[in-house]
Amino acid sequence: MIPAAFEYARASSVEEASKLLKTYGEDAKVLAGGHSLIPLMRLRLAQPKALVDINGIKDLDYIKEDGSKLRFGALTRHVTIEHSAVVKQKLPILAEVASEIGDNQVRNMGTIGGVVAHADAAGDYPTIALMLDAEIVTNRRTIAAKDFFKDIFTTPLAADEIVIEVVFPVANGPHKYIKFRRRLFDWAIVGAAAQKMNGGWRIGLTNVGPTPVRAKAVEEALHTGAKPEEAAQHASDGLNPSGDLRASPEYKKHLARVLTKRAIEQAE
Amino acid sequence: MAVSQLVGARIHRREDPRLITGHGRYTDDLPHQGVVHLVVVRSPHAHARIRSISIDAAKKAPGVLAVYTAPDFKDIIAGPATFAVAPVFAPNKLTNPPRYPIAAKEVCYQGEPVAVVIAGERGQAADGAQLVDVDYEVLPAVMDIEAAAKPGSAKVHSDQPDNIAWDTTYVPWEATEEAFKTADVVVKERILQQRLSPNPMESRVVMAEYDSFDKRLTMWLSTQNPHWIRLFVAGALGMGEQAVRVISHDVGGGFGSKISPYPEDFIVPACAKLLDRPVKYTETRTEAMQNAYAGRGQIFDVEVAAKKDGTLLGMRVTQLLDAGAYMALFSAFQTCACLMAGGAYHWNAISSRSQAVLTNKIPTDPYRGAGRPEATHVAERMMDVLALELDMDPVELRRKNFIRKEEFPYTQNFGLTIDSGDYETTMDKALKIAGYDDLRKKQKEQRKHGKLVGIGLSTWIELCGLGPGAATGPATGGVVLSESAQVKIHPAGGVSIYVGTHNHGQGNDTTHAQIAADTLGIPMEQIDIRHGDTNEGPGFGYGTYGSRSLAVGGIAILRSCNKVIEKGKQVAAHLLEAAEEDIVFDHGKFHVKGAPDKSKALGEVAFAAYGQLPAGMEQGLEAVAYFEPPNFVWPFGTHICVVEVDAETGAVDIQKYVAVDDCGNVINPMIVAGQLHGGIAQGIAQALFEEMVYDDESGQLKSATFLDYAMLTANEMPEIQLDSTVTPSPTNDLGVKGIGEAGTIASTAAVINAICDALSPLGIKHVDMPATSDRLWLQMQRARGASSNGKEARK
Repeated sequence: MIPAAFEYARASSVEEASKLLKTYGEDAKVLAGGHSLIPLMRLRLAQPKALVDINGIKDLDYIKEDGSKLRFGALTRHVTIEHSAVVKQKLPILAEVASEIGDNQVRNMGTIGGVVAHADAAGDYPTIALMLDAEIVTNRRTIAAKDFFKDIFTTPLAADEIVIEVVFPVANGPHKYIKFRRRLFDWAIVGAAAQKMNGGWRIGLTNVGPTPVRAKAVEEALHTGAKPEEAAQHASDGLNPSGDLRASPEYKKHLARVLTKRAIEQAE
Repeated sequence: MAVSQLVGARIHRREDPRLITGHGRYTDDLPHQGVVHLVVVRSPHAHARIRSISIDAAKKAPGVLAVYTAPDFKDIIAGPATFAVAPVFAPNKLTNPPRYPIAAKEVCYQGEPVAVVIAGERGQAADGAQLVDVDYEVLPAVMDIEAAAKPGSAKVHSDQPDNIAWDTTYVPWEATEEAFKTADVVVKERILQQRLSPNPMESRVVMAEYDSFDKRLTMWLSTQNPHWIRLFVAGALGMGEQAVRVISHDVGGGFGSKISPYPEDFIVPACAKLLDRPVKYTETRTEAMQNAYAGRGQIFDVEVAAKKDGTLLGMRVTQLLDAGAYMALFSAFQTCACLMAGGAYHWNAISSRSQAVLTNKIPTDPYRGAGRPEATHVAERMMDVLALELDMDPVELRRKNFIRKEEFPYTQNFGLTIDSGDYETTMDKALKIAGYDDLRKKQKEQRKHGKLVGIGLSTWIELCGLGPGAATGPATGGVVLSESAQVKIHPAGGVSIYVGTHNHGQGNDTTHAQIAADTLGIPMEQIDIRHGDTNEGPGFGYGTYGSRSLAVGGIAILRSCNKVIEKGKQVAAHLLEAAEEDIVFDHGKFHVKGAPDKSKALGEVAFAAYGQLPAGMEQGLEAVAYFEPPNFVWPFGTHICVVEVDAETGAVDIQKYVAVDDCGNVINPMIVAGQLHGGIAQGIAQALFEEMVYDDESGQLKSATFLDYAMLTANEMPEIQLDSTVTPSPTNDLGVKGIGEAGTIASTAAVINAICDALSPLGIKHVDMPATSDRLWLQMQRARGASSNGKEARK
C-alpha cells in the first residue's frame, strides 16, 4: 500500500510535459486523474521511476462544439461530461456513460484522456470512441479510434506523446449503453452500446476482448432489416473473450448478445 | 430493576460523534515518539520449503534498522507460540501442526511470514522488504478439501502424518437408521459454504514498546479481546501478566477475525524487545484479504427422512471443514453447525459428523455467526428441498414441525437446551408483513409470463452469549467464558465502569451505559464506560464475540451496579440514621422505607462513602462482578426474501426483504436495527457475491482486491422491513439475548431459498453460493437442455 519511490514533476504546458517524458524515458508515466495508475503503484504492480503530472496544464479541460464535432480536452473530468448541457444535447450517450463510471470520487478525478490512453478493455469511453469513429489527438498527430486501441493497455502512443484531445462526432439519435455489472460502481462485466446515426445503427461492446469491439455484423444485419433480436445474435461473432472471476468466456458472449438486443430495443 | 427510563429507548450511539468526526483512537492514529515501522516479508507460495534467505541487500537499504528471520526469535519467543487451544466440540483432535509466528523451514500458506524488515519510515521498510531474497523449493499446494482428506493425499505440512485436523462423530449413523428405514421420502443435498474474507473496515495494527529497565511491555493493537492477547503474548515472551499491558481502544470492526492471535502479535513485541525501540506494524488491505482468518469454507452432505405428510423423522449431516494450514484458536467452534443443524424443528434423530481438513490456505476461524449461519443454511435449505419434493408449501412444512411455544425450555437432539421461543408467532408476523398469500398468488401469474420470481423463508434460530462454563471451560483448557465488570463511584458521584467485553462497532458504550444509568438511577452522561485496557478494571475480561456483550457482559454490569447499591445502603443507613434493611434504593436515591422524603442521592452517599464512617465500615463505593451464564441464549426469527432472477442474464434482483426477529428484551431498538441491517448485508453478500477464490494449482488467492472480492454497497442493498416479537430469555436478569450475528445467520438461506423457488419451474432444486449471475445462467442453460447456445455452456 506504499508505492516504491519515484520522482515527481508537474508540467504547466504540453510542451513541458513532453520534454519531461523524453528526459525520464520509458519508465515515466503521465499522471492525469490517477484512478488507474495510483492503485497499481500502491500495490507496486507499477513502479514508474517518474510521474509527470499534467493536472497543472490549464487549457486541457474543455468541451467545445466544432460544427458536427464535439472536442473534449484530455483533462476533462467525468463529472464535467456527465453534467455538460452541450454533451447531453449533442452526444447524450457519452454523458450517460460518464455518469456510470466508478463512484463520485472517481468521476470527480478521472479524465477522458486518461481513460483513452490507459486503454483498459473494460473502459467505457473507448467503446463509444470506437463505435462512433472518434479521433484521438496527441501533441504530434491525430489517430482514428480504430487504429488507437491496439491491444489490452496498448496504444500507438510514443513514450513522450500525450493525448490532448478526444474528438467525437455529434450523435443525438436514439441510443443506449447497458453496463452489466455486479455492483453499481464496478467495471463492466460486459457493456453494450447502441447509437442510431445517419440512418443506421452503430453497435459497440465493452470487455469482450483485449480491445473495445465494434459489432459490425450486428450493424449490417440491422441495416438489411433484421429484427433486433435476430441481429443481436451476431454480437458474439468472432469474439474470443477471456474468462475471469466474474464471467466465463461463454457467459460474456451470451451477455454480448443479450445486452446488444436490449440496447437496441431500449434505445431512445 | 427500577422503572425503565433508558432501557428500551431509541438512543443514538453516543460513541458515534467521536468516531465519525475523526476523533477515534484507532491504533494507527496513536502518536508515538520514536516509533519505527515493521513490514513483513511473506511467502508468495502456498507451500514451499525455504532453502535460504538472503537479507544482506535489505539490511543495507536506506533507513533499514534491522532484518530478522526465524533464528533471531529463538531466544525471545518461547517454543511454538500457543495459537491453538483444544477445540471446543472436537475432543479427538488429530493433526494439529505446531505454528510459529515466523516460518523457519517450510511455509504452508500464501502470506506466511518468513522475515521482517524494520526501518525508520514505513516506505523504507517496504523497500527493504522487496530486497529480502528467499530461495524457495515450491511444494505441491493442497487446496481441495475432499482430495486433502483422502489417504495418500499430498500433505499440507511435510512433517505431519496426514491432513486430518479432527474427525468427530457426534451421533453415529445407526441412530438414524430407523428414521430412514421407515421414511416415505428421503431428500439429499450437498450444500457449499464458500470461504469468506472478513474485511473489517480497519485492518490490523500492532504497536509495542518494551521498557528494558522496568522489563515492562505495552502493546496497542486492533483486537476483539485484549486480555486473551495479554495471556498469550506474556506466555510466549516468558513474561508475567503483570508486566504486560495490552491496549485496544477503538477498533474498526472484527467480525470474528480479530479474536485469535496473529503472528504479528508476537513478532512486534519481540522486535520491540530486540531493538529496544517502539515498533509498529500496519497491515495493508492486500495483507488483510490474504491473511485475515477466513470464514466458512465448508461442505455439507445432508439427508433428510420424512413422512409424506411432512413430519420430519431424521437427518444425517456431514460437515467437511477447510481448516487451512493450522488450527486457529476457535476454529473448532464452527462444528456447532453439526449440533445446530436441526434448526427450529422436532426430529426423532439426527446423526452428525464433522471432519476438518488442513489445506495450504490461511486458517478459518469464526466469522460473524460461525457455525450457526451454516446450520441455518442446512436446516432451511433442506426444509425447502423437502417441501418441493412433497409439493407442500414451505410455510406449512415449517409450521408442522416447529418446536412449540409450550415446549420450552426444550432439549434438542444434541442435548442443548433451548431456553425459550415462539417460532410460529414470529413467522406469522413476518408472513403478514410480507403479504405472503398475495405474493404466492402474484407469483402464479408472473410465472405464466415466464418471470422467474421466488419467495424464500428462513426461520432461523441461534445459540449465542458464550457461554456457560460446562460448554466453554473444557474448550479453553479451563477458562470459563464468563464476563466481568467493575463499577467505581467516585467521591463527587462520577461513575467509571470497566468492562471485560470489547466494543468494535457493537454500540456497547451506549447500551452498557443505558443499563447502568437505569440501575443506578443517574443520567448516562455521568457514566463512562471503559474497555480495552488490561491495566484497568477486573483481573480478566473475555472479549467480544458470539453475541455476548449484552447477554453476558451486560449482566456483569447490572450485578456490579447492584453490589455498589448494596454497599451504598450501608452508607445511607448511617447517614439517615436508619437500619440498613430499612433502606430502599429507587431512581438514584436511598430513602427510608415508607419515608421517601428522607433520602440521600447516590452522589451524596458516594461523597460520604469516602469520608468518616462508623467503625467496621470500609471506605469506598466500588464493586466487581463476574457473571457466568447458566446457558446460552437462543434468539430466533423469520426472514422472508422475494427475488426475481433475470431469465436471460441470471442477475438477481431482491424485491422485498422482511425480517421479524426476537432477541428477548431490547435495550436499544436502534442498535438492534443497526446490527440486523449490517448482518443482513453481509449475508446477502455471501449469498450473491463474496467468495475467496484460490488458484487450484499454485494456491494463489485470486480474489485479492475489492474489484474481485465483491462486498455489497448501499446501492445493492434492498429496503429491509424490520419488525420484532419479544420472548425474554429466562436465563439472565435482563431477559436479553444476542443480536449481533442474527442477520448473517438468517439471511443467506432466505436469499438462496428465494432464488431456488424462482428457478424451480426450470427443474432447479438447489443453487450454490455465491449465486452469481454467471453461475445461475450456466445452471439455467443446463436445466433448459438443448437451447440454441447450450452447446457452449461450460462442462
